Amino acid sequence: MAIAIIDYGMGNVRSVQKAIEHVAPNEQVFLTDNAKIINDADRVVFPGQGAMGACMQALNEHDLVGTIKQAAHEKPFLGICLGLQLLFDHSQENGGTEGLSILAGDVVHFPKNELKIPHMGWNTVKHIIDHPLWHNIEDNSRFYSVHSYYVEESDSDVVAGSTNYGIDFTCAVAKDNMFAVQFHPEKSQHDGLQLLTNFANWQV
Amino acid sequence: MSLAKRIIPCLDVRDGRVVKGVQFVDIKDAGDPVEVAKSYDEQGADEITFLDITASHEGRDTTIHMVESIAEQVFIPLTVGGGIRRSEDVRAMLNAGADKVAVNSAAIHNPGLINKLSEKFGTQCIVIAIDAKRVSDSPPKWEIFTHGGRNKTGIDAVEWAVKMTEGEHGAGEVLLTSMDCDGVKTGFDLALTKAVSAAVDVPVIASGGVGGLEHLSEGVLEGGADAVLAASIFHFGEYTIAEAKSSMRQNGIEVRD
Repeated sequence: MAIAIIDYGMGNVRSVQKAIEHVAPNEQVFLTDNAKIINDADRVVFPGQGAMGACMQALNEHDLVGTIKQAAHEKPFLGICLGLQLLFDHSQENGGTEGLSILAGDVVHFPKNELKIPHMGWNTVKHIIDHPLWHNIEDNSRFYSVHSYYVEESDSDVVAGSTNYGIDFTCAVAKDNMFAVQFHPEKSQHDGLQLLTNFANWQV
Repeated sequence: MSLAKRIIPCLDVRDGRVVKGVQFVDIKDAGDPVEVAKSYDEQGADEITFLDITASHEGRDTTIHMVESIAEQVFIPLTVGGGIRRSEDVRAMLNAGADKVAVNSAAIHNPGLINKLSEKFGTQCIVIAIDAKRVSDSPPKWEIFTHGGRNKTGIDAVEWAVKMTEGEHGAGEVLLTSMDCDGVKTGFDLALTKAVSAAVDVPVIASGGVGGLEHLSEGVLEGGADAVLAASIFHFGEYTIAEAKSSMRQNGIEVRD
């Protein structure tokens, strides 16, 4: 089995690679921007960090938009952090940035209040639906996050998990063969590795 | 249930070994960094910070290899600081498996650096490390010092923290060390922690001075810190991370189990 991690130059994909190699030692793991390798892979991981505008620009420069949309529709697909936000239509970031519009909704900034931004650290994740990727992970387990924006989905059916930081926000979405999380499973110790194991074993 | 306060053990690293100086001078050996990091991970540390005090280029390569080995075995956030001056230094550490990079003196010599790095790598992985020393008690004032506390810059620490974290491309976190308290084990400079924490919008890690478990809670409850960093109380086996968390939990602070 081949797992492709999409590397378009945004953020620390090396951590994602190391964690996936750790949970799936017998699989081929590719860190790649090669459309053919991504198309041929059995599973695709779509990470991303930094600003959404810069991520979209990098995806366009690497000519990966079509490849990602295709993968998101046809095989087990895991978005992480910006890899969740980019699935949506539009972000407030950088004065307004268009996303991939694979899911309907917007990416918005946390309201300004006494809470520190970015939302950084270990927060609890409430399961909104049962899902194979929550297997062996207790409800309200803590995962590591770092972000200033969050997704506001148009279709509540896609919500798989939520977190509270001043407000309740969607931290995980699921639709068909697609699952995406705002937090970093690759940095969330046992529960994070369990989620990645579940992804590697996921039979859609 | 909400965001947990973090406990961050800090490893000072020189030529690939963990060391811990007392007030930045007297160096004691505290072990193999990979083993130390694994042990902290197993004990439930929320992140690990490495401060590279290596002087030579060869030693720096050793540190990169060390980060690589740790990142293969430890799946919690890793921050590396010390000697980060250019984009290339950040890239090398991120490629080795670091999640965040702390920039200290270089930001003082090149004030546009933080903006440049945040724009390139994202604010989430750029930490501004501030070494502050008290220069007046009433009203309390702190200034930035460099070169292990020897060089005075004349820059006000609180103003500096705000400047380095504001705007779209500021640092995403502050690592705040009191040079007066570091290694002395009498607790954080709480007035400093509170002043900086209240002034900036981003999370603040309190550092310098932890000698007992109660100091950790004070940093959060009185200093307003989002995370607390300590070295020697963990290295020399005085306390485990679990004991530290249990103590904080008893004081009503939300921590990760």
